[in-house]
Amino acid sequence: MAVQSPLTRKPTLAVFKFASCDGCQLSLLDAEDELLAVAEVVDIANFLEASREVRPGPYDVTLVEGSITTPHDAARIRRVREESKFLVTIGACATAGGIQALRNWKDVNEFTAFVYANSEYIETLDRSTPVSFHVPVDFELRGCPISKTQLLEVVTAFLQGRRPNIPTYSVCVECKHRGTTCVMVAHGTPCLGPVTQAGCGAICPAYNRGCYGCFGPMEEPNTAALSAWWKSLGVDDRGLVDAYRGFNAWAAAFREASDRHEAAITVRGASA
Amino acid sequence: MTASGVIDRAGLDELIAALRNGGYTTIGPTIREGAIVYNEISGTSDLPVGWTDQQAPGGYRLEHLGDGRMFGYVVGPQSWKRFLYPQRNVIWSGVVTADGWETVTPPEPPTYAFIGVRGCELAAIAVQDRVFLAAGDRAADPSYAARREGAFIVAVNCADPGANCFCTSMGTGPVAGPGHDLVLTETVTDDGVVLLAESGSARGDALLASLAAMRPAEIADRERAAETMAAAQATVPHSMDTTDIHDLLLGNLEHPHWEAVAARCLGCANCTMVCPTCFCGTVTDELELDGGGARRVRSWDSCFTLEFSYIHGGSIRQAGSARYRQWLTHKLASWFDQFGTSGCVGCGRCITWCPVGIDLTAEVAAIRASDLRPAVPVAADGTEVNL
Ligand code: SF4
Ligand code: SF4
Ligand code: SF4
Ligand code: SF4
Repeated sequence: MAVQSPLTRKPTLAVFKFASCDGCQLSLLDAEDELLAVAEVVDIANFLEASREVRPGPYDVTLVEGSITTPHDAARIRRVREESKFLVTIGACATAGGIQALRNWKDVNEFTAFVYANSEYIETLDRSTPVSFHVPVDFELRGCPISKTQLLEVVTAFLQGRRPNIPTYSVCVECKHRGTTCVMVAHGTPCLGPVTQAGCGAICPAYNRGCYGCFGPMEEPNTAALSAWWKSLGVDDRGLVDAYRGFNAWAAAFREASDRHEAAITVRGASA
Repeated sequence: MTASGVIDRAGLDELIAALRNGGYTTIGPTIREGAIVYNEISGTSDLPVGWTDQQAPGGYRLEHLGDGRMFGYVVGPQSWKRFLYPQRNVIWSGVVTADGWETVTPPEPPTYAFIGVRGCELAAIAVQDRVFLAAGDRAADPSYAARREGAFIVAVNCADPGANCFCTSMGTGPVAGPGHDLVLTETVTDDGVVLLAESGSARGDALLASLAAMRPAEIADRERAAETMAAAQATVPHSMDTTDIHDLLLGNLEHPHWEAVAARCLGCANCTMVCPTCFCGTVTDELELDGGGARRVRSWDSCFTLEFSYIHGGSIRQAGSARYRQWLTHKLASWFDQFGTSGCVGCGRCITWCPVGIDLTAEVAAIRASDLRPAVPVAADGTEVNL
């Protein structure tokens, strides 16, 4: 017996890729058993990682991976939006600009001149931006990469016509659920968990590493308080800039925190 | 008179084996990832023998003393709550069948024996009993009741209270109070480490009577145990002034200090997760993609999350100050109104495991030092004047 979907026919699902590493789409492929179940309840109209078949829109659910980095992609995401009823961005690139948003603090022309022999053929934007900077987004799924469990939850929730159950609290909650000993308290290892949104299952602390912030800022991140504690653990402003400028560098809370610490380096550098 | 006797490490091994043979799943302290956590143990070799813990606000380190003591440390990041009220618990599940649906009967939880339960932890279990077990017009929580009812509790008196322990302020330790089947006091003699074992229940009497390795307790054994515990009682390092604490906190809801704490608080929820009395959970329904089955799951939640106070339109406690205030006033004030007891047993976990070392006793002291309640006029003879 199938659950009553809001639609009377099988809904169509499409996956589109922008500037990204494909890791998030692979999470969907990774969900082998569940993917078969997904294929039974949705009609996969476009998923190049899985099949070469591409059917035209409109699509009921569209998953978008990747950030917007070229004028061509900026135009393409508008077309994707027009073709999509429910648009979900998947992963840190699509949701926050990704690791490639590090270019946002630099002059991108210097990079292209350095990397390409004939950089005049490269047409690129000077910033890597999230999809929501260009078009309205219905749901943003965090993570670098996303969690396949969360992806299935979003798809299931859509099919069942309910709100996805994706917590926005800190990684610490998952860390304690998992029964992991806090690496910051017990080992003095700096951890971004308290300012990072849950979703990964607190993997890194379970392997004695501090959290790298892959799921972006949690609901109410207090980066100032965490930074102050990191300093007591011996991390300086440079180290803090590097920590906040990871896969979610351009997410507002991490961007602002990193800018604060960068300004502190500059000020001290200037007065030295 | 309750049964008692003296056992050594081999005797404790015999005791643990007897519990296991009796069908109990024995849970006790063990070292993992640089901390003492509760896990299944099969004998004393699983215990942190010769280890102790150094605790500070936001800090915890293990230290090897090599003194042969089996219980020379205090509480770690976990509590027995993990076993009695699991962090994720399927409270109902069902599957679709050819002609409708049927409920899936959950597996029986194990019958636990908890080894090494401290005084503050006995008190914490008693607090959660008030929350989860039937009382007055409240119904019992079947999942908690099933885990709690058969549990066998071996308590341990704390000879070395930790730096963040304030059990004496809360009246919960370091000497274990009621609620155990057995209580152990560990002392060091010329012949090595010994445990004075005293029974607290008929089950405890029977277990002690079955031990071949036990010898009768002599006056010297009792005196040594009493001296150890008197010294421990006198050295509990931390404290909290609880005078009038209910009215103090509820009369200072608009105190500027809540904002001062919020500036430091991460809203990470670690304090509520590690607290042995915090009982809040969230209930989610999980429906399989093909609709073939459904589960209702209860998992630990916290008043530090925005979702916790979400009602139509948004969260009631948006500000960090409101969320910290909820935690502190619930633990130390409104808990009395709700359950007739304090919600804090003085275990110090929330101080040690707060990643930025926020100490609730210091926050209470700060509010006490600048109490904003209007002063009650006092007459010359010291009595309050009713205006
Ligand atoms: S290890 Fe990191 S994520 Fe886990 S509780 Fe500590 S600070 Fe939070
Ligand atoms: S509030 Fe803190 S000290 Fe009190 S019982 Fe909870 S964790 Fe222990
Ligand atoms: S302090 Fe918060 S999490 Fe703990 S029992 Fe009270 S409301 Fe629940
Ligand atoms: S008091 Fe500490 S542990 Fe509790 S939410 Fe605030 S920062 Fe986290």
